Amino acid sequence: MTEISQNDIDKAIAHKREEYLARRAAGAPVENHPQRDYAPYRSSALRHPQQAPVAVNGGDPETVELHTPVFGVSDITEIDSDLTRQHNGEPLGERITVSGRLLDASGRPVRSQLIEIWQANASGRYAHMRDQHPAPLDPNFTGVGRTLTDDEGRYTFTTIKPGAYPWRNHTNAWRPAHIHFSLFGSAFSQRLITQMYFPNDPLFAYDPILQSVTDDKARSRLVAAYDHDLSVPEFSLGYHWDIVLDGPSATWIEEGR
Amino acid sequence: MTTTSPATPLTPTPSHTIGPFYGYALPFPGGPDLAPAGHPDTISVHGYVYDGAGDPVQDALIEIWQAAPDGSLDGAPGSMRRDPVTGGFVGRNGIDFTGFGRIATDKDGRWSAHTLPPGARPGHAPYISVCVFARGLLNHLFTRLYFPDQAEANATDPLLSSLDEERRATLVATVEPNRTYRFDIRLQGEGETAFLDFV
Ligand SMILES: [Fe+3]
Repeated sequence: MTEISQNDIDKAIAHKREEYLARRAAGAPVENHPQRDYAPYRSSALRHPQQAPVAVNGGDPETVELHTPVFGVSDITEIDSDLTRQHNGEPLGERITVSGRLLDASGRPVRSQLIEIWQANASGRYAHMRDQHPAPLDPNFTGVGRTLTDDEGRYTFTTIKPGAYPWRNHTNAWRPAHIHFSLFGSAFSQRLITQMYFPNDPLFAYDPILQSVTDDKARSRLVAAYDHDLSVPEFSLGYHWDIVLDGPSATWIEEGR
Repeated sequence: MTTTSPATPLTPTPSHTIGPFYGYALPFPGGPDLAPAGHPDTISVHGYVYDGAGDPVQDALIEIWQAAPDGSLDGAPGSMRRDPVTGGFVGRNGIDFTGFGRIATDKDGRWSAHTLPPGARPGHAPYISVCVFARGLLNHLFTRLYFPDQAEANATDPLLSSLDEERRATLVATVEPNRTYRFDIRLQGEGETAFLDFV
């Protein structure tokens, strides 16, 4: 098998970007999500459908997918949102506070919904059997958090800044530091799993997963902002990241009538 | 702070792949066991997830969401109850039906769950909503599991009756002994599952 270099991936990324710009120039709408068929991310090759999705009209509020699972205080413990307090000792790395709001597409807060996160430790290693990156595990850091949004849709996690890590997409492939986020909305159709990045990471341009969001503005929405007001004196640096869910929900259809 | 809806809709946060390392974060004990223990109406649903080469997808995450047997869509909390003493999972309370399940595929690309038959309203067939996440899948996929022994309701269901026979067949499970239904998911190629986009 021939080696795939970063240069090969860069060309493939540029090609996908030119295709998108051509579609836009021809009047196609902004693409806020990645195309599932994105060759530079090689694992997508055999895992994207070739047929167009079937459009289901969400105009019927009794549609199952316009309602959503419910989570409550029994599904959470207090320590779940502070990833630095889940073990006996302090984890290594730069402590951070990540906070923001979970909103639907009309700007309304998504209240009392579950947010789950998972991430690598400060040296770029996941507490996962299959992560073979030879960076040290941290006995005081697992990297799993969860919380419920408050009445304003707000969430806050205390954690440590994850490290970048290598992966096998191509030779010398490195993922920029990121935190994985899993989100529920007021409808199952709004379900979202995504990744939050840190500002000014020099790896952004090289990463086919981030670049799979070909629209520049859309891609920039995956990057948190440093927020000095969220920094906790003598303790942690603050990052602000708001999340906006896509897709219809029963509540907005009922109100829209 | 007051929240007013903006005149123009907000632009959504883009989706990203779940990646390969969600396994220590998202699956939870009892995730596949929606039916209260020993409930006489319990059904089993199971199947395989395949990629475009016909190989099993060993790192997919399946989520299911459905109506209760009486057709209620209210759900209930308690799918992943935690123990405030140890911080671990204590599992479901064995009484409430939450309508939500989460299952990681195994080395064979297989998933299975135990649940109660979903209710439906007149003019619609009962179904379980299925959401598929996987490494290599940049944006999750929705589909639905319909029941083969609901032929009459299936024949008039708005979604099923809008599809040609081949695509429709990918949404209907096959029946097996002991109240079990098999539902395979093919991400790509021959027999590709019909995936749904809610607009
Ligand atoms: Fe990752």
